[in-house]
Formats: sequence, structure tokens, C-alpha cells
Amino acid sequence: MSNENTTAASGHPLFAWTLRLPIIIWQVLFFLGPLLFMVAMSFFLVKNYRMEEAFEFKNWQKMLTRGYFWDSYFLTLGLAALSTVVTSLVAFPAAFALAFKVSPAVRRWALFLLIIPFFTSYLVRIFSWYVILAESGVVNAILAHIGLGPYTMLNTKFGTLVGYMTLTLPLVVVLQTFSLANIDRNLVQAAFNLGCSPFRSVYAVIVPLAKTGLIVAALFCFILSFGDFVSPYYLGGSKPPTLPILIIDTTKSGQQWPRAAVVAVMMMITLITIAFAAITLAYRKRASR
Amino acid sequence: MSAGNRISAGLLAWGLRGYTLLLFVFVFAPIFFSIVFSFNSARFPTIPLESFTLHWYETIWADPDVWVAVRNSVIVSICTSIIATLLGFCTAYTDYRFNFRFKSAYLALVLLPPTIPLIIMALAMLAWFSKFGASGQLWSIIIAHSVLTAPFAMAICRLRLNQMDKDLESAAWNLGASEWRGMREVIVPFCKPAIISSLFLTAAVSFDEFAIAWFVSGLNKTVPVLILEIVQGNIDPQVNAIGTFVFLVSMTLVIVAQIFFTLRQSKTFS
Repeated sequence: MSNENTTAASGHPLFAWTLRLPIIIWQVLFFLGPLLFMVAMSFFLVKNYRMEEAFEFKNWQKMLTRGYFWDSYFLTLGLAALSTVVTSLVAFPAAFALAFKVSPAVRRWALFLLIIPFFTSYLVRIFSWYVILAESGVVNAILAHIGLGPYTMLNTKFGTLVGYMTLTLPLVVVLQTFSLANIDRNLVQAAFNLGCSPFRSVYAVIVPLAKTGLIVAALFCFILSFGDFVSPYYLGGSKPPTLPILIIDTTKSGQQWPRAAVVAVMMMITLITIAFAAITLAYRKRASR
Repeated sequence: MSAGNRISAGLLAWGLRGYTLLLFVFVFAPIFFSIVFSFNSARFPTIPLESFTLHWYETIWADPDVWVAVRNSVIVSICTSIIATLLGFCTAYTDYRFNFRFKSAYLALVLLPPTIPLIIMALAMLAWFSKFGASGQLWSIIIAHSVLTAPFAMAICRLRLNQMDKDLESAAWNLGASEWRGMREVIVPFCKPAIISSLFLTAAVSFDEFAIAWFVSGLNKTVPVLILEIVQGNIDPQVNAIGTFVFLVSMTLVIVAQIFFTLRQSKTFS
């Protein structure tokens, strides 16, 4: 290794490897191992309720030729895409306010508050929404006071979306705020001095400058929504089930682990494709005009 | 700028702040109502509230299943936080100090788990542990949670190491300290706030994780798995009481972690 000049930089091999090796072994055994085994499992067979190691395409054939799988697939894709668009749009004005319109102390507190829910029970928050959004729940009780409703919000796409946003909105606001707060203020000021209106400076200057961060935030939102089973199950009514619910049903009730693995692998392929596209888009240089 | 423009700019700024406040209401509404409803006597709570009660807390207090789940959760969180922090710290130091071939692959291997949907990890872990006849054990949850939370520990320790003067460690070596002694007497003390912060934060993540725990746990239920099973039955306000307890635990953990995290920023190495 030529770029290291002294023994200090490269270190004693025993020291270096003692720190490096444990996590490599750990991740290979308990992260890479399980994932690769799951891919292999999608080719296994189930006979008499017992799984047999094999290399057959039966599960793939079975799942990919069924209408219900594709119904679930496109539903999940659509819901996650909708969640990504809505959450990004809802988060943006708040992130904009936190980045530009409040003092640094307020911003620090706001970001701290937004981090808290990420580490508290998502399950309990969804159950709470279930009660709040019910036919006789809090929201409808308030609406009744002003002579509206009652509205059915549970077992609808709206319910699912509220759940997804409970999971993703705090994170998206935090990531968007970081990317907005890091852009060069001089450029925004320059646009303003050149007579650019506030709204135009947002979409012509600020958004392009913060593009990478905004896309990464949206990508996280998509990944979280795509993989969540709690919201579509408890708030969305699960008809038809989304892919994560399909995995649970297939695993828990049918003992059909290989078929569940097919669904999981399909989800992984989709996510990798979308993540790759998003990252390419995020780091692409803007074409000169 | 004309007066009219200034007024509209001011209105816009206040509008944005009001909007942000509404967003916070949305984020905290479920937490708020869960706590309020846990003290409310209604079986299907709404507003106006019915009378104040501790009934739901009494029933969960008297439920032995809850106690077993709490015990399981505490064991899992503590073990997970120690393993994850140890792994995360070693990775952070390796990244801080060394350059080597395949370093980006190494970092990807450590940092990727949180980007993979939990339900997929859950299925993969269930299959993998079952293959070796090891599913349904508490330690299988601990292992899975450690994989999941080690990246958080790594990030926290790495941020701390960023603030360290590289010369400190070299100075220790020049004064004759071995690398191990330098680690023990310079690096670890410097990272102590980050290590403590990471212990609390990884414990909080583990304490709330339910997808992997549900798949892997078998009969050894943790608290979130118990909640999941109660919720699957029907509306049961006990969930609000357990939920409030869970919120208090995880918020305490996160806030303590945050306190150490900010201590870290204000205090320099002395």
C-alpha cells in the first residue's frame, strides 16, 4: 500500500485484523448468509409440509403466473410511489421553513423532536391511528362539531397513506432539512438580487442545488413504505394484500417458505433497481442549457 | 422591496412556520392520544373523554405474559446494544484509521442491513436459523437485532472519531504506547460519550423492533410481539397502556442517548 507512509498508518496486522475481522465474520454469518440462503430457498420444494433442498423453478412459476401476485405487486409499487410523492411534497415546506425561516436553536430542537418518533414503537403509533381514524374516532368527532362526516378512513388507501407517513415523514423532513440547510446561501441571494421571485428561486435554484439530498430522502421513503406491512394491514384493510403481507401469509399460514422467498426476492430486485435509478439520478450532473 | 412585498414575505414565513407546527401535530398525535387513552375508561375511546382510570395499567400489571415479555425484551435489548456497539465501534475505528483493499465492500457489508426491508430480513433470518435448528431462541433475536443496529452504532462512533485530532493517537505511540494501549487510553476514553450514546440508541431500536422478533421468536415473545398479537385480536385499550410504557422506555433511551450525543459536541478532549 503505497499511500501510507509510516508503520503508524498501516498498523500492526494483528491489531488491524482483530478490529476488522469480527464484524466481517458476523455479517457473513448473520447477514449475507441468511439473504443468500433465502434466494436459494426460492428454488426449494415443499413436500408433505416439509421443505426439501432442490433447484427447481416451480415456486417461481407458481407465483409469477398468478394474477393475485401481480395484483399485490402493482398495488404495493403504486402505494409506495404515492407515499413517496405525497410525503416528499408534504415534507418540503416544513423542511424549507426549518432550513431557512427559523433560528439555528429552533432547528436543532425541531430535528431532535423529529428523530424521537423514529426510535419509538411504530406499531403502537399505528394502533393509535386506528382508534383516532375510526368511524366514531377522534377525527370524526371533531368533524361532527363543524357538521361534517362521518368519513370512512380506515380500510382505505388514505388510511394506508397516513400510516406510511407516520413511519416516513419525520425521516424525510430531517433529510430534506439537512440537504436544504447545506446549500450555498450566496447562490440563493444572487438569484434574489437578479430579481428572481421567491417561488421561482425555490424551483429554479434551491431544489436543483439540494437535488441529491431530496432524492435520497425520497428513496428512503420508498424503501420504508414498500417494505412496511403494518399500515396496509391495520389501516388499509389488506384487500388485496401488499407484498409484505403476502410474505407473512405465505410464511405463517401455509408453511410455504419457498414461495414467500420468491416474493421477497422479487421485492429485493425491485428495490435494487429503483435504488440504482434514484442514485444515478441524484448524482447526475445537470445538462447545460 | 416595496412594503406590500415585505408584508407578503412576512406572511409567507409565518405561514410556513404554522404549517411546520401542523406537521409536528401530525407526527406526535398518535403518541399523544395513545398516552391519553391509556388513562381513559372507554373501551373504544374518542372525544369527549370518559372518566379517568388506571384500570388498563392494573390489568397489564397483573398479566404474567406481559412480565415475561418485558423480561425477554430487556434481555434482548441489553445484549443487542452491547454486541452492536462493540461491532460498530470496531468498524468505525477501522474506517477512521485504515485504508485497505475492498474497504468500500467492507463498509457496504456493515452499513447495508437497515436499507433492507425488515420483513425480508425476518424471512431470511427465520429460514437461516431454522436450517440450523436455532429458531425460537432469544439469542436468535439478539443476533438479528445486532446485525440491524450495528450500523447505527458505527455511525455514532464514526462521527465522534471525526472530531478527534489525529495527532493524539500518534503522540501516544511516540511516547512508547503500543497500539492496544493507545486504543485503551486515548481512543476509547475519547469515544466514551459516543459509546454510551450508541448503547442507549441501539437498545431503543431493539426494544421496538417487531417484524424480525415476531418471525424468529417462536414462543419467546418480546413486548412488541405481544402487542402485535393483542392488536391482531381486536380493539383492546390495554395496548395503549403497554404502548405508553414502551414509549416511556424508548423515549428515555433516546433522550439519554441524545444528551450524551450533545455533551460530546460541547466538551473537547482534555
